[in-house]
Amino acid sequence: MTDLLNMMGIVKEFPGVRALDGVDLDVRAGEVHCLLGQNGAGKSTLIRVLTGAHQPDAGMIRINDEPVQLNSPTAAIQRGIAAIYQELDLVPDLTVAENIFLGHEPSRYGFSRIHEANTKARAILQGLGHAEIPTHRTVGSLPAAGQQVVSMARALSRDARLIVMDEPSAVLDPEEVSNLFRVIRGLTDRGVAVVYISHRLEEIREIGDRVTVLKDGATVATGLDARQTPTKELIQLMTGRSIEYVFPPRTEVRAAAPVVLEVVDLSRPGEFAGIGFEVRAGEILGLAGLVGSGRSEVLETVYGARRAATGFVRVDGAVLRPGRVQDAVKAGVGLAPEERKSQALLLDEAVFKNITVSTLGRFASTGFLNNRAEREAASKLAVALDVRPAGVDQPVRNLSGGNQQKVVLARWLLRDCRVLLLDEPTRGVDVGARSEIYALIRELASNGVAIVLVSSEVPEVLGLSDRVVVLREGRAVHTGPAQEIDEHQVLDLVMEGSI
Amino acid sequence: MSEDITTPSRQDTVTQPAIPRSRTDLLRSGFGRNLGLVVALVLLCLVGIATAGDTFATGANVLTILRLAAVIGVVSVGMTFVITGGGIDLSVGAMVALASVWATTLATQQLAADYHWIFMVSTALAVGAACGLVNGLLVAYGKIVPFVATLAMLASARGLAEIISDRKTQIITVGSFEDFFGGSLIGVPVLVWIFLLVAAAGWVLLNRTTFGRRTFAVGGNAEAARLAGIKVQRHTVALYVLAGLCCGIAAVMLMARTTTGSSTHGQLYELDAIAAVVIGGTLLSGGRGTIVGTVFGVLIFTTLNNVFTLNNLSISAQSVARGAIIVVAVLLQQRLARRTTGT
Repeated sequence: MTDLLNMMGIVKEFPGVRALDGVDLDVRAGEVHCLLGQNGAGKSTLIRVLTGAHQPDAGMIRINDEPVQLNSPTAAIQRGIAAIYQELDLVPDLTVAENIFLGHEPSRYGFSRIHEANTKARAILQGLGHAEIPTHRTVGSLPAAGQQVVSMARALSRDARLIVMDEPSAVLDPEEVSNLFRVIRGLTDRGVAVVYISHRLEEIREIGDRVTVLKDGATVATGLDARQTPTKELIQLMTGRSIEYVFPPRTEVRAAAPVVLEVVDLSRPGEFAGIGFEVRAGEILGLAGLVGSGRSEVLETVYGARRAATGFVRVDGAVLRPGRVQDAVKAGVGLAPEERKSQALLLDEAVFKNITVSTLGRFASTGFLNNRAEREAASKLAVALDVRPAGVDQPVRNLSGGNQQKVVLARWLLRDCRVLLLDEPTRGVDVGARSEIYALIRELASNGVAIVLVSSEVPEVLGLSDRVVVLREGRAVHTGPAQEIDEHQVLDLVMEGSI
Repeated sequence: MSEDITTPSRQDTVTQPAIPRSRTDLLRSGFGRNLGLVVALVLLCLVGIATAGDTFATGANVLTILRLAAVIGVVSVGMTFVITGGGIDLSVGAMVALASVWATTLATQQLAADYHWIFMVSTALAVGAACGLVNGLLVAYGKIVPFVATLAMLASARGLAEIISDRKTQIITVGSFEDFFGGSLIGVPVLVWIFLLVAAAGWVLLNRTTFGRRTFAVGGNAEAARLAGIKVQRHTVALYVLAGLCCGIAAVMLMARTTTGSSTHGQLYELDAIAAVVIGGTLLSGGRGTIVGTVFGVLIFTTLNNVFTLNNLSISAQSVARGAIIVVAVLLQQRLARRTTGT
């Protein structure tokens, strides 16, 4: 059988990071090809290259043995490549038929032919085994699974020969997943190839034909049999890094150290349930889990940015009112959020203003700011944390990811935080600067701050934390000292629910 | 008055080769940004002198321009705060009308005549602040987009003004009120003094206080401000109250200038104020704002009107010129912003 798609030696560099470093991928017509890899392995970048959103710096792409340039999403669509993302790219207020034919509506003399669109849409949906979806309904009123089917119908309306599905099962119930699989089988029977990305091994076993494993931006194995390859071997391939991060040595948390943060039976329907943990002064607690496991949601609820449905949070023994960020801040809790740029920083403002924004009252008398005191305090911290380039008057936008993260940390240091919540503290931070951030976090802990760390990178959680809580689908499936569990076991837990 | 202090101080940047120093850097500093406005104003004055020199370049005419600029200037200072904080207030003109009517009802005037004109002033301020409070509560806690909430206030405040005044112009008969606000101090009309005072207070509030800093934070990135522990909703309310208060002050000034209170006062003030704020350099999307720029924006528009009027050109021609100025100013600003952001 000849390959429908050949990608060879794909390289993609971003400033400061080589996201793809020689990736190979072969996909045959009519197969379900699974793409496995940890966060940061390069899956999303590869998909963006394939769908024309990114241009590779090196490498070759062939479709049906013909070299192609996919220099825009339109070019990829014309070559028969379509993608279905986790966040569906549908227009909620348009009807099913309008969404399916968006951008290539059946029309005559510029007037759209609604009837024809509806008929054609119905035919496509029928082909997918979902004739029950009314073509005149607005897409926003359909459940997630229905929207996904519409997304696939749209791909088919463009005669897609290869459909990329990025974690399609993440938004679906088990029953809907088996429905999805039925649709996928229908597609492959017609010769359409599917590139299937999922973290759930049991799904890959069920629907997949072959597996390609990515690690650190390179293909480490390709053409593996999806049903026969042992789980152990797959995880072995995904783990173990070529770049070893340097983690600072742990300092012993004194048993007598007081419990600073207490989280009891915290729940939010649809996000997580029954989460409870304690963090002592000087301790780093890591939350590990996949995207959608509820890890960031837990953190934001502890901070009061989301309102807990049940349960409560105690800081130094005092219960925080749920859903009140100001209370948490007042009690000495700080959050370095996941989306640094949109949730933490005022990008066009000077570094010192970003550092002092949570402590403004301290630099003011009757409302008037003492600019010099403010600048001095911020400078002292910026120097201590080695924010580069030096100087607190430049806009934060000019700093690299790692230095921006330091600015966020400095903000909470200035407040003398009791509890620091860190959500993906090294996202967008290049490899060299990571060790610095790690050392900084550990130093904070040894100064008596209680730290909760969330990261999608398992080695980071294990290397930095004292204790780990593993989350799977909104529930804690394991709690214990970080040294007593390894990366394989964590991956087993989050992917299959047991060790 | 310059905003230089908030921009990088020279000695810091010299020691940092990493930051490019260029012509655009200078233009981006507070001084440079206002330089463009100064040049525009000077050009406009030159045109005025060239076309109507004998009437334009007189002390009396300059005072006329300033007196006209004063009212809309005070409104624009309030508007600068709302826009910097990420909102918009379409109801300023209507709030001016309502405040002027309420402060000149027979009852209020009687009170003022019996005791002191301060009763008229405080009525106007209270009405303005109350309207602003409603705006703020609707936006911050009712989660109505500012455009719609203040549009509703625009309609209802002016309607209420018509009901109270029965659509009649209310003449002010309190002599002491007219004497005070119609007078001059060291040769400069009291109205102009009030404008200067409000602008100076606004500048200090925006650039030197925690309130001002939080305004930038809320307008620049509301989510980040919230997660940094700032009371975003309460702050938003305060911004609209401030704008309403400015409208109350403007109403008093307009009452003094026209010696009337009327439901037709302040027509289209919202457009004039927004235009002045925007060409002054305040970002309509929030997060960046300048009082000095706003003052220049107001002066430019008022001078433009004056030059056109002295040359017997129609109001319609003025409007066309005004539109052109807004477009050119914003295009220039965007180009500057793109070049300095650099990403």
